[in-house]
Amino acid sequence: MFKVLRKKVLSDTGNDRVVLLDIEAPLVAKKHQPGHFIMLRIDEKGERIPLTIADTNLETGAVTIIAQEVGITSKQLGRLEAGDYILDFVGPLGQAAHYPEHKHVVCIGGGLGVAPLYPEVKHLHEIDSHVTTIIGARTKEILILEEEMRKHSHQFYVATDDGSYGTKGFVTTVLQQMIDDQQPVDLVIAIGPIPMMKAVANLTRQYNIKTLVSLNSLMVDGTGMCGACRVTVGGETKFTCIDGPEFDGHLVDFDEQMRRLNMYKDKEKSALALEGCGGVGRCH
Amino acid sequence: MSLNNQSKLGGRQPMSLLEDQLRISGFGEVALGYTEEQAIAEAKRCLQCKKPLCQQGCPVNIDIKDFIGLIAEGKFSEACEKIKEKNSLPAVCGRVCPQEEQCEIKCIVGIKGEAVAIGRLERFVADHVMSMEREKVDCAIQAGKKVAVVGSGPAGLACASELAKLCYDVTMYEAFHEPGGVLMYGIPQFRLPKEIVKEEVEFLRQIGVKIECNVIIGKTLTIDDLFAMGFEAVFLGTGAGLPYFLGIEGENLNGVYSANEFLTRVNLMRAYKFPEYRTPVHVGNRVAVVGAGNVAMDAARTAKRLGAEVHIIYRRSEEEMPARKEEIEHAKEEEIQFQTLSNPLRLIGDDKGYVTGIVCEKMELGEPDSSGRRRPQPIPNSEFTIDIDTLVVAVGQGPNPIVTQATPELQVNKWGNIIVDEQTGATSIPGVYAGGDVVTGAATVIKAMGAGKIAAVGIHDYLIAKE
Ligand SMILES: Cc1cc2nc3c(=O)[nH]c(=O)nc-3n(C[C@H](O)[C@H](O)[C@H](O)COP(=O)(O)OP(=O)(O)OC[C@H]3O[C@@H](n4cnc5c(N)ncnc54)[C@H](O)[C@@H]3O)c2cc1C
Ligand SMILES: Cc1cc2nc3c(=O)[nH]c(=O)nc-3n(C[C@H](O)[C@H](O)[C@H](O)COP(=O)(O)OP(=O)(O)OC[C@H]3O[C@@H](n4cnc5c(N)ncnc54)[C@H](O)[C@@H]3O)c2cc1C
Ligand code: SF4
Ligand code: SF4
Ligand code: FES
Repeated sequence: MFKVLRKKVLSDTGNDRVVLLDIEAPLVAKKHQPGHFIMLRIDEKGERIPLTIADTNLETGAVTIIAQEVGITSKQLGRLEAGDYILDFVGPLGQAAHYPEHKHVVCIGGGLGVAPLYPEVKHLHEIDSHVTTIIGARTKEILILEEEMRKHSHQFYVATDDGSYGTKGFVTTVLQQMIDDQQPVDLVIAIGPIPMMKAVANLTRQYNIKTLVSLNSLMVDGTGMCGACRVTVGGETKFTCIDGPEFDGHLVDFDEQMRRLNMYKDKEKSALALEGCGGVGRCH
Repeated sequence: MSLNNQSKLGGRQPMSLLEDQLRISGFGEVALGYTEEQAIAEAKRCLQCKKPLCQQGCPVNIDIKDFIGLIAEGKFSEACEKIKEKNSLPAVCGRVCPQEEQCEIKCIVGIKGEAVAIGRLERFVADHVMSMEREKVDCAIQAGKKVAVVGSGPAGLACASELAKLCYDVTMYEAFHEPGGVLMYGIPQFRLPKEIVKEEVEFLRQIGVKIECNVIIGKTLTIDDLFAMGFEAVFLGTGAGLPYFLGIEGENLNGVYSANEFLTRVNLMRAYKFPEYRTPVHVGNRVAVVGAGNVAMDAARTAKRLGAEVHIIYRRSEEEMPARKEEIEHAKEEEIQFQTLSNPLRLIGDDKGYVTGIVCEKMELGEPDSSGRRRPQPIPNSEFTIDIDTLVVAVGQGPNPIVTQATPELQVNKWGNIIVDEQTGATSIPGVYAGGDVVTGAATVIKAMGAGKIAAVGIHDYLIAKE
């Protein structure tokens, strides 16, 4: 059993609740490096789901996870409070990310990709890279981790679809501007919804800027045992959990990845409906 | 209840089977086991040979003659003790061992008629004694030395149990949330009820083995960490968990599963009870399974129970099928259709990315190859398509790379299997032992257990010598 040490609601606009949880898992905390994720199962009947490790605290043994409430498990997670327990929590999983020092790295996070991006921004800042962060959101209220990101970035931009904050437009609008301004970019890291990562990769491909994306494939075990997390990268099949989750954005087959993520959509809806949420998520 | 295997005069006692219709509508165990009378009658068929050949066929060398003798006298507990001297999981092995090619194939009675049903008798005593008080291990002289066992499949379970009986302080680490390895996530409920596996694991706890789930060695803790934590030896029984795919076009379409994923979703995560259990599985009306080993049969029979029409697609003919005969028979009784001499070429999908069909070509058998099996060759212009909603690929698996990647000093062969000394289970790292599927590649429960026991003795000798 793993104890919830702290809980915080990061944003709440009805459907888009984002919650942060600190889970007591000292062994996982100790081994964590940027890029790693965990798998958790809340109770006996639960599904195993992957979540990125957003932060760790070696003194308290806490592992921070940030989850967007999109379906049954993430909503159940959102209902937990400090002092509650979850049944299973395992990690750290995946390949650690290895980044260049003293280079200009543009970190792009969209929607929930902001959470997994945070440890990478922090790490790059620590190894003295020049960090530019671009955060995208539909609207101002659902922006998360802004202060934390700002603190670890040399340049910081926000893009909102509706223009309610920062630049009006997409993260690619800001990136295009930087490229047009002839700012040298050594590496782009993009984490977010598939359409966003695809758009970023399409843009940087034209300028030959190396781009890493982090995939959020469906997973069962997270240890290479099942192949649920398959993705085509450069024409080869890879397992996101053991070969990734970070891959070269110019080589990933995003359309296939998008289709695979939708595999259980109908089933997920029916499960949610049964929970009494009706799929709209106001069941708290 | 039907008595399917009608006994001939002098033939073996038939085992009752669940009726076909009851079977495919649920996950209840298919083979129902012997009654006391049947067990005694079957035991009396044993000739109590002077030189019992059967024993040589058993990978863990059970005193088969003696335990069967005890059953014939009605001494079931004693029979169980006898088996347990060599095999700590008789309820499991009695059910899933390929007896017909191990112990029973050597039985003298089998030369002229049907061999003594050794596996069924083993299962009988195990089930019979299961509910009774189990042996207690008396560790007056607590050796106190700590040994870590990695992986809780048959290899790990056997190694841990031997070491605990030798009074070591054993901790077993398991990556998944439940111990048991393939017994838990792979072999389905209807062939090996999970309660039996749980009972065996509970027994290990009773004899003092600590079991830590949710720990991945190579990730959560490394082998170096284990030594730093005071463990004096480590056993690796991490199995063959990495699924192979066919490498054909369309294999990443939705609805295409490895057998591991399909069976894990259904068995370990209980997707057959979705949405009460939260893990979904996509089945549809028509399922094809590629391959013809035990894993393929299990996947096919599982899909059948989830309501689908099921086809098994296999490149060779029925004769070459690697699955146990009994499993093939059960699959046939459950109306699973066999498309033998058929080789998958590519998959077709719809515009949403779901698989809709599998294109195969017909094969014919040519000359025998190095394995002695006749090599299948394609028949030109023989392509045909089977409409499907789901495909399960069951064409084998390799060793999971997590431990070996994290431990570069550990010597592996070109397939990634850990190299060990066969006599002791020792790997290239002093104090680190290995056994089971991670060494041999996908094999059998009893072989993995045998390897776990050998390594336990190897570890014991190593720790004594070290003193
Ligand atoms: C390596 C990795 C790291 C991740 N890190 C985070 C993280 O830090 N925070 C976070 O909130 N999520 C993260 N995810 C995604 C997270 O695992 C899913 O949101 C979660 O599994 C949804 O479970 P559910 O039961 O709540 O929703 P479900 O009922 O399973 O799904 C609800 C809806 O979400 C969609 N969905 C399901 N799974 C995913 C997925 N993997 N990605 C995107 N959409 C999905 C479905 O299509 C459906 O529409 C990560 C995924 C991976 C593979
Ligand atoms: C579907 C199916 C049906 C089968 N049917 C039969 C049958 O009828 N008869 C028969 O004799 N054999 C059968 N087999 C084969 C048999 O199950 C295996 O040979 C046997 O289980 C191997 O045992 P093992 O202990 O080596 O590995 P496994 O049973 O694979 O156990 C390995 C365990 O180690 C864990 N692990 C892996 N890596 C790590 C790590 N890094 N850290 C911690 N834990 C880790 C895994 O999660 C797993 O629990 C079948 C196999 C399958 C898949
Ligand atoms: S363990 Fe297997 S091989 Fe050995 S006697 Fe029992 S059934 Fe036969
Ligand atoms: S070989 Fe057959 S008959 Fe002889 S002891 Fe073994 S089981 Fe009995
Ligand atoms: S999640 Fe099972 S192999 Fe990646």
